[in-house]
Amino acid sequence: MKLYCLSGHPTLPCNVLKFKSTTIMLDCGLDVTSTLNFLPLPLVQSPRLSNLPGWSLKDGNAFLDKELKECSGHVFVDSVPEFCLPETELIDLSTVDVILISNYHCMMALPYITEHTGFTGTVYATEPTVQIGRLLMEELVNFIERVPKAQSASLWKNKGIQRLLPSPLKDAVGVSTWRGCYTMQEVNSALSKIQLVGYSQKIELFGAVQVTPLSSGYALGSSNWIIQSHYEKVSYVSGSSLLTTHPQPMDQASLKNSDVLILTGLTQIPTANPDGMVGEFCSNLALTVRNGGNVLVPCYPSGVIYDLLECLYQYIDSAGLSSVPFYFISPVANSSLEFSQIFAEWLCHNKQSKVYLPEPPFPHAELIQTNKLKHYPSIHGDFSNDFRQPCVVFTGHPSLRFGDVVHFMELWGKSSLNTVIFTEPDFSYLEALAPYQPLAMKCIYCPIDTRLNFIQVSKLLKEAQPLHVVCPEQYTQPPPTQSHRMDLMIDCQPPAMSYRRAEVLALPFKRRYEKIEIMPELADSLVPMEIKPGISLATVSAVLHTKDNKHVLQPPPRPAQPPGKKRKRVSEDIPDCKVLKPLLSGSIPVEQFVQTLEKHGFSDIKVEDTAKGHIVLLQEAETLIQIEEDSTHIICDNDEMLRVRLRDLVLKFLQKF
Amino acid sequence: MDPECSRLLPALCAALADPRQPLADDTCLEKLLDWFKTVTEAESSLLLLQENPALVELLSHVLKSQDMSSRVLSFSLRLAGTFAAQEDCFLYLQGELLLGLFGEGGPQCWAAWSVPTVRSGWIQGLRSLAQHPCALHFLADSGAVDTIFSLQGDPSLFVASAASQLLVHTLALSMQAGATGCSGLWDGVWPACAQKIMGHLEESLQSTAAPQVTQALNVLTSTFGRCHSPWTETLWGQLCPLVARLLERTPIPAAHSLVDLLLSVARSPALSSSHGRLWEAVAQALRCLSPMQAGSLALGMLKLPHCPQALRVQAFGVLLQPLACVVKATAQAPGPPGCSMWPPGWLDGAEGSSLTVDTLLSSKSACVGILCQTLAQLEELQPLPQRPAPWPQEPLLGAAVTILRLCHGSATSSSSGGGRLCATLAGCVRVQRAALDFLGTLSQETRSQELEKEVFAVLSEYLGSPDSSPTVLKKAFQTTLRWLLSSPRTPGCPDLGPQPLLFLRELFPVLQKRLCSPSWEVRDSVLEFLTQLSRHWGGQADFRRALLASEVPTLTQQLLQDPESYVRASAVAAAGQLSSRGLQAAPDSPEHPQAQQGLLGELLCILSTDSEGFPRRAVVQVFTEWLRDGHADVARDTEWFIATVLQVVSQDLDWEVRVQGLELAQVFLVQRLGQPRCPYMVALPEAASATPIPEVLQSLCRLRLFDFAFRALLDCDRPVAQKACELLLFLKDKTAMCGGLQEAGDIPGSASGQVTLQRWRAGEQGQLPGDLQPEAMLALLRSTDLEGLQARLAQSSDHMEKSPQSLLQDMLATVGVLGENEADCY
Repeated sequence: MKLYCLSGHPTLPCNVLKFKSTTIMLDCGLDVTSTLNFLPLPLVQSPRLSNLPGWSLKDGNAFLDKELKECSGHVFVDSVPEFCLPETELIDLSTVDVILISNYHCMMALPYITEHTGFTGTVYATEPTVQIGRLLMEELVNFIERVPKAQSASLWKNKGIQRLLPSPLKDAVGVSTWRGCYTMQEVNSALSKIQLVGYSQKIELFGAVQVTPLSSGYALGSSNWIIQSHYEKVSYVSGSSLLTTHPQPMDQASLKNSDVLILTGLTQIPTANPDGMVGEFCSNLALTVRNGGNVLVPCYPSGVIYDLLECLYQYIDSAGLSSVPFYFISPVANSSLEFSQIFAEWLCHNKQSKVYLPEPPFPHAELIQTNKLKHYPSIHGDFSNDFRQPCVVFTGHPSLRFGDVVHFMELWGKSSLNTVIFTEPDFSYLEALAPYQPLAMKCIYCPIDTRLNFIQVSKLLKEAQPLHVVCPEQYTQPPPTQSHRMDLMIDCQPPAMSYRRAEVLALPFKRRYEKIEIMPELADSLVPMEIKPGISLATVSAVLHTKDNKHVLQPPPRPAQPPGKKRKRVSEDIPDCKVLKPLLSGSIPVEQFVQTLEKHGFSDIKVEDTAKGHIVLLQEAETLIQIEEDSTHIICDNDEMLRVRLRDLVLKFLQKF
Repeated sequence: MDPECSRLLPALCAALADPRQPLADDTCLEKLLDWFKTVTEAESSLLLLQENPALVELLSHVLKSQDMSSRVLSFSLRLAGTFAAQEDCFLYLQGELLLGLFGEGGPQCWAAWSVPTVRSGWIQGLRSLAQHPCALHFLADSGAVDTIFSLQGDPSLFVASAASQLLVHTLALSMQAGATGCSGLWDGVWPACAQKIMGHLEESLQSTAAPQVTQALNVLTSTFGRCHSPWTETLWGQLCPLVARLLERTPIPAAHSLVDLLLSVARSPALSSSHGRLWEAVAQALRCLSPMQAGSLALGMLKLPHCPQALRVQAFGVLLQPLACVVKATAQAPGPPGCSMWPPGWLDGAEGSSLTVDTLLSSKSACVGILCQTLAQLEELQPLPQRPAPWPQEPLLGAAVTILRLCHGSATSSSSGGGRLCATLAGCVRVQRAALDFLGTLSQETRSQELEKEVFAVLSEYLGSPDSSPTVLKKAFQTTLRWLLSSPRTPGCPDLGPQPLLFLRELFPVLQKRLCSPSWEVRDSVLEFLTQLSRHWGGQADFRRALLASEVPTLTQQLLQDPESYVRASAVAAAGQLSSRGLQAAPDSPEHPQAQQGLLGELLCILSTDSEGFPRRAVVQVFTEWLRDGHADVARDTEWFIATVLQVVSQDLDWEVRVQGLELAQVFLVQRLGQPRCPYMVALPEAASATPIPEVLQSLCRLRLFDFAFRALLDCDRPVAQKACELLLFLKDKTAMCGGLQEAGDIPGSASGQVTLQRWRAGEQGQLPGDLQPEAMLALLRSTDLEGLQARLAQSSDHMEKSPQSLLQDMLATVGVLGENEADCY
């Protein structure tokens, strides 16, 4: 069993598991942090961005000044943003049989895999994952395509030149494999390869393994996966949450007794408690708005935003913010808000029961009805007419490199009354803000990551008791910035096996059994013999028939036909069924054996104990009988008669069948 | 006994003896027993029984048939004990009755013995009875002592505990009886009964069963706690080796009870000469017991005034050990200042150290338990005069700060122990609260500037951290306040020291954010903190500048509209305090139209419209404070202010608001009429500022203060009536010398006043005549029996129903129902 690790990002995993002749890709995450090296794509021409000075080498050589721009001491690539794809060289991706998706954030690289690697398999995901994943992809494509950039920089990627660049560009990994965004056509084609599944549904893969999605409690439709055969169980835990937010709670019980548990997608901010962060978010929002400032919340169009809106729904009246408009701007804003209301069966119990009242499960419906929350596909059109300040704007993309958020950063960045509140934990907020420096607006970092923290993981592992845990290497040591926090790592016995990008891991796990079916007529013919109380044995002569990873014992063909012309041919077709020697069982009591030998006329017998059993020496006959637990040897010098006599004496002590 | 009660008693006894009769409720029998106790304390029990043969009949009936309810059986046993407490009555009842009730063949053979109440009644009966030498013989002869031994292990904890107490009592009684034999002093020979108990205790102490050891230890603990006669010293001398042997066992049995015993012996004044062996045992216990148990013993020892120095050092070492371990585990070599300066000698005893470290690291619950206990114990020790000296203030501060950092995840440590501690304590709310409390206590001591800086830094972390839970935050605010208030000031300068000032400047942005928190508990804590802060520092220029530069005053005023009533109440208090100090939000803020009408208007609005009691109570309190302090808004037109507030308050449904309103009125009266006269005070000439009484009375009539007070006097809530009575008495006292001695009826208007009072008493609405003159009011005041009313109000509300007659009548009335029903059936 092998695990091929194609992504180095612990929360955007992409691994391939080879298990029982199937090749299963676990998630297909796209590392978007690479875009932080690029200049933002403004929706409206930005004089500031377009007038940034070009970057030149220390010696004054300015041949890269068209591709690289400098802003407040940082260097950015002036080009269409590119993404860091999963490794494509480590394994032939056309051999991948299936792709299992755990949540909508972990499928963003799907078009690259399904459309460009010769992939012919099936993708499995739940319905909300597919629908919201589609929205995220659609938004991404829209953000990139609506501001076409003529220039595409590639010179800087040259290895010799990259070495000369300042950090972090110098240290960026595999830049030559970075790719621009996919098209909507590719998205549609990729999504058409997805087969929808429901929680606890058992899906047979080629008769060899069965895969089952389980609720992971993190997002709408998010799942962990159980991959099991008759005797082996592998659990894939990715992006799970034990907090009570909107999704169905995590199914922990089904993870019990796994042979291997692959653990990815833990919280990226283990020191921040989501409750505290929500409080921080609300307080800072209220303070800014009360002072007449605007609040910008860079976010994804689905996920935490639902919880934030719910929280604000309860908070705004008490904080006297009822008159402040909340805007949600995204090409998929409308669909996202509406989708969330229709996936009732995927929601937590509380929200499910609301549907029967009937009430919308999320209170943002009421915010929309009362005009407190308004949503727009972009800043153009209706929004410009309705725009009123001070206000709160939720918009993407959280990297601040593309999307409507770029416009608001340019618009509000100069005033210290305004605040940008980062709630998505995927990007370093300082890096995200780098191309906007100098910045007067206040920046608040309240990352809300509801995924498992290390305390929860340790409880989970204690209960699930997997034999082996496999996880990204980042989880096996404390975070670099808090090296003293020994509690911020996975602590389990035996220690977790770790992997890193482009590594192949042989899982410490041997398959020992295979299930074989026996045909009824063959079973009928068996004659079991009880050799110990409760244990019966029977010999079976049969043909093992293996097809589609299923093994069946069938009755052997009838005895060979009388020799004839076609004999030779027949013998080729069916296995040679010669009569087998009987099987023996039992042990030889040495003392009784010696007595028997004496009775049969052997004398001068010596017995020696060895590590494995005994040696009986017949000195006169110059013969040696080695008796061990599972074998007996008679060593005599070319006296076949004697050997046969001794053999028959030995056989008297054993059972035959 | 009251003849009326005597008359009712036979019927009651008959009812009690009848198993078919229901009892009113459980408490009746208790009340009845209490009453009998009072009666027997005052008069002879023998006489009582002779005059009321029904009582003996009841007891005899119990002996004959036990088919009555277990409650009545238990009651009868206790009643018999109460009577037999007097020797002559004991002799009267002795023989069949007492033997039947308490002897070997008695209740233990009854079916009802399986009911814990009956067993408990039996023990309590014996406990009451065992008061004289005759009782002692009875106990010895009847075999009761053996039953008591067995009841020590009763499954009912109440029975087991009562049995132990009875054993203690019997031992003491027995020793007392032995002593009174000749010279009144104990002659060294154990009486038979005491010997039997001693034998039992010795046997129990040597038992391998922990419950038996616990029972013996508990009996001994109570004995040494209660009896301080010389024989206890001999008792200890005899049992001390057995107790010491318990400490050699592994694991030590009944460690908790053992600690209690050692402390009880150490506290006993009778054992001064045999303390040597005790100290040895304590020293051994401090070494062998687990850190949790040793901690309690150590604290107890340190509280003793006569504990030897060596033992004090050992005990303090035990208390300091967990903190020292934490500091050591987290210290970067070499230790930071203040963290390695434990007083020489305190931590020399290394025996407990590895045990403590093991406990700390063994599990989260053990670690949290021991740290919380240690912090609480040191907190308790700190203010005591007998605390160890020198008090290691700096290392303790260092330890508290380290623990808080560990809990917050900001402590760094390279050792594996430190890492484990960090993992265990991160985010642990219990330890955070305990450490903050302890840190608050340490604010009372002197400290170095450097450490003060550390403390303020860690408090800042807690106050600012989004992860601090609301309860931790509340504690952090309380601790901060203690540190700010105790911060040393520059001599000759009333202002804040540099450290607190720096801290305060950073604090206000945090408070601002916290005032907007979605958690109401947080908003509430901040407001309470702010109120305290401005009460103490409101006059300081630096504080005022820092506060006014922030948005805290504006936000405070906005929180008067908070949806949570507790927050509104705290906001009222905070805004009131800020306003008193001239620190209110700028009134010209256009966003808040209510600011235009001023805080006074807004508070009046809350008082008259808020649906919850807390904010309204807070408003009246603020108004009272404003009146006392001469707040500008109040001083502008005090009469209008009083009249408006009293009018609103008088309509309030919350009695506490009405009491607060009366308090406000009283403050007003004191300001107008001067302080109440104190009988022991040398009469001073009336203060010149006090207004002449007739004028005051005129104004009181205008303000309808009389109306308010008289109406309150008849309030159905007793505290309101009491307060009104107090207020009117004060007024009566102040006006005693005013006006003639006219009869009330002669004054125009006073008659109608009386009529109105009568009508109010009858629950009718209506007002005192509006044009009532001061004379009429005065007459009304004098004609009302305020003193009598005050005495009546001082009595508890059930005083009317408390008499024994009413108890007996109630009980009979309940059983009477059955009789009537029976009659109906026929």
